[in-house]
Amino acid sequence: MKAYETPYAKIPNNKAFPRGLDSLASGHRACQGCGEVLALRLLLKALGTDFIAVSATGCMEVCTAPFPQSAWRMPWIHVAFENAAAVASGVESATQILRKKGRGPDKRIPVVAIAGDGGTADIGIQALSGALERFHENFIYVCLDNEAYMNTGIQRSSETPFGANTTTSPSGSHSKGQTTWKKDMPAIAAAHGIPYVATANPAYHLDLMNKIRRAAAIEGPAYLHVYAPCPTGWRMKPELAVESGRLATMTRIFPLYEVLDGLYVINKKVDSPKPIEDYFKIQGRFKHLKPEDIAYIKKRVDSEYEDLVRLAETFPVPAPIAAEG
Amino acid sequence: MAKPIGLEVSLAVSEAVRLCDCDVVAAYPITPQTHIVEHLSELVANGHLNAAYIPVESEQSAMSSCIGSSAAGARTFTATSSQGLALMNEMLYIAPVLRTPIVMAIANRALSAPINIWNDHSDIMSVRDAGWVGLFAENGQEALDLTIVSFRVAEDRQVSLPVTLNIDGFTLSHFIEPILLPTLEEVAAYLPPFKPLVKLDIAKPISMGLLGTPESYAESRKATDDVLLGSLSVIKKAFAEFHKAFGREYKAVETYKSDDAETVLLTMGSISETAMTAVDEMREKGEKVGLVRLRVWRPFPSEDFLQAVSKAKNLAVIDRHISLGVPFGPVCLEAKSLLYDAPARPSVTNFILGLGGRDVTREDFKEITQKAKALSGKSQSRFDLIGVWE
Amino acid sequence: MIKGIDALMKASDLPDAFTAEPGSTLAFKTGDWRSLRPKLDREKCIYCAFCYIYCPDGVYQDMGKDEKYFKPDLDYCKGCGICAHECPKKCIEMVLEEV
Repeated sequence: MKAYETPYAKIPNNKAFPRGLDSLASGHRACQGCGEVLALRLLLKALGTDFIAVSATGCMEVCTAPFPQSAWRMPWIHVAFENAAAVASGVESATQILRKKGRGPDKRIPVVAIAGDGGTADIGIQALSGALERFHENFIYVCLDNEAYMNTGIQRSSETPFGANTTTSPSGSHSKGQTTWKKDMPAIAAAHGIPYVATANPAYHLDLMNKIRRAAAIEGPAYLHVYAPCPTGWRMKPELAVESGRLATMTRIFPLYEVLDGLYVINKKVDSPKPIEDYFKIQGRFKHLKPEDIAYIKKRVDSEYEDLVRLAETFPVPAPIAAEG
Repeated sequence: MAKPIGLEVSLAVSEAVRLCDCDVVAAYPITPQTHIVEHLSELVANGHLNAAYIPVESEQSAMSSCIGSSAAGARTFTATSSQGLALMNEMLYIAPVLRTPIVMAIANRALSAPINIWNDHSDIMSVRDAGWVGLFAENGQEALDLTIVSFRVAEDRQVSLPVTLNIDGFTLSHFIEPILLPTLEEVAAYLPPFKPLVKLDIAKPISMGLLGTPESYAESRKATDDVLLGSLSVIKKAFAEFHKAFGREYKAVETYKSDDAETVLLTMGSISETAMTAVDEMREKGEKVGLVRLRVWRPFPSEDFLQAVSKAKNLAVIDRHISLGVPFGPVCLEAKSLLYDAPARPSVTNFILGLGGRDVTREDFKEITQKAKALSGKSQSRFDLIGVWE
Repeated sequence: MIKGIDALMKASDLPDAFTAEPGSTLAFKTGDWRSLRPKLDREKCIYCAFCYIYCPDGVYQDMGKDEKYFKPDLDYCKGCGICAHECPKKCIEMVLEEV
């Protein structure tokens, strides 16, 4: 079955938003206003508890599982930083063979690997690439991208955006902050020829939740790149986590799209973007940027968005499904 | 009566994994371990082993996948060598605390640099504190038998720890030897089905791999050490029942003509058979020499070891690894520290040989015996590297 | 039994494999992190669920179709103010927590 034809239990509107117990319990130690734990809570809630979660070391792991407590309501394992994809590969292979040998539940059990941007795009990219290439059937990888190593104190990663001030890409008399452009992880994931790649953002909560449901329904590996606003690391007021997410998409900085068997759908078209300054001005990490820096960033952001539009026009998902998606 | 068949030792290990009806194998190729995993993938490809074979992209991922697979309740095997073991290092320290009973064959090989694919024990010695049970095989039959024993020990709920089975790279792994293959039924009668101590189960969720703060880290390490030390009795029981089921007897510490020996050599692994021949030849000439071999390296079988060596006048400890910056090899350090408090203790000397695949001959053991006798009662300031060109 | 982070355990009392029970962070009350508290004006509330949906700590409880509002569990609310910021009717106000 084609990925875009795979049926899944879509949440159509807020009325249908699942009201039961959260799959991630309260009492976790995420910072006030953490957009990453919000994304995580929504993703897990969308799946319920009939799956196995694998975490990489990082904020979400540390703040949810200090012995003797755990916020996770489904089976959960953390092993190390760089290897969530490899651990999940093992869990997935085990569940499949135990099912085949009649020693496990006779159903598909999604295995969801969760890592931050460092655990995905830097130290974990080898394990991730291996897992995607091996084409595990029930494998979902979620990158919660807060755009720096927040757990260790806001050091830059390859997902830190151009110009952002971090503790290892500080702005100064000889530096504009981060000097490199954000690594395009969804494109790298899609290059593995996997059936499903998507970007998501907790500000678009139903889109986010439906994407992980779709990922779980599709047979074959899936990669979700999730925007994870970090008030602490971005020097932003805690109440603005969702707002910053909306702005990221509406300024084209973080477009929402899916790649289904290599076919593209833009989920949130942004024909007339909001001023990019609106996004920058609520975050202290960009406060040193000069108008010319912002103009440079805007030009490149627009150009990348237009590339995406061209991809969606050239390799479109058949129309009714695209509209529905 | 079953007849032995000629089989490469690596393949015998793979056949043992098949006989154990292993569920998941995750492995990455590295010389000289490759024949083990090649044969396993062949067994899976031909339907002789109903397992998932995960062709991972590195040893780091091999061990990570094994931890995931074992935690999910699957009987899990991997094999590696040298640099591969080193790349697994981080995960090796995690598996025991998560109580994941993975069995790993290590075709022991020297660590770089210089890069070298041949045998010594520097790989396993570099991870000796990780918390794995460690067994050493000396020949092909032992490699097969101990693979089966390894699963039994690892999965015993009192243990539930990962096990390394050490087989010397090339000098054991690549030899063709006459080997008795037990049947699936015989192995099934010896090795009960895997019932994990803890498991990732959607019907009864738990969380594994938690943050250990200063309030709990020390307790967690101590608890793991308690289990590892306690595993010795389970290993001995597994040996005893193996003896009953298959007729071949194994001990934590093996002795050879050491009861009345004045000088005892201490070895691990395949050089022990060469050492036995050397002991025989020396005995023929009236030399009161014997051999003690550590079959179980972790947990260190302290009492059995002390019992085996304390009567001797001289103990020559043979290491296959230099602990750089320390005057003695790792096996010698352990022997010396245990003997320090013994009421009667031999004069201990340390010899290192067979590094990076340098041949180990009977003459080496004869030289060591003479040197150990000459040094008796004197203190040796540093190990003696046998056969080194200086 | 769920134990708090300050519950010291002997090595011999640790659970096998250093595991934890699902959802056991409930034993840890994060409410005392808070300096501002959400105050709901039920007159203006339209029961839209955005406070419930966007709470990173999952503290809002659905009071049901009769009551028609969501109530924050102050044992866990960290006072981030996302609910107030996202409320389309602006019926949640963050007020100073009185000690």
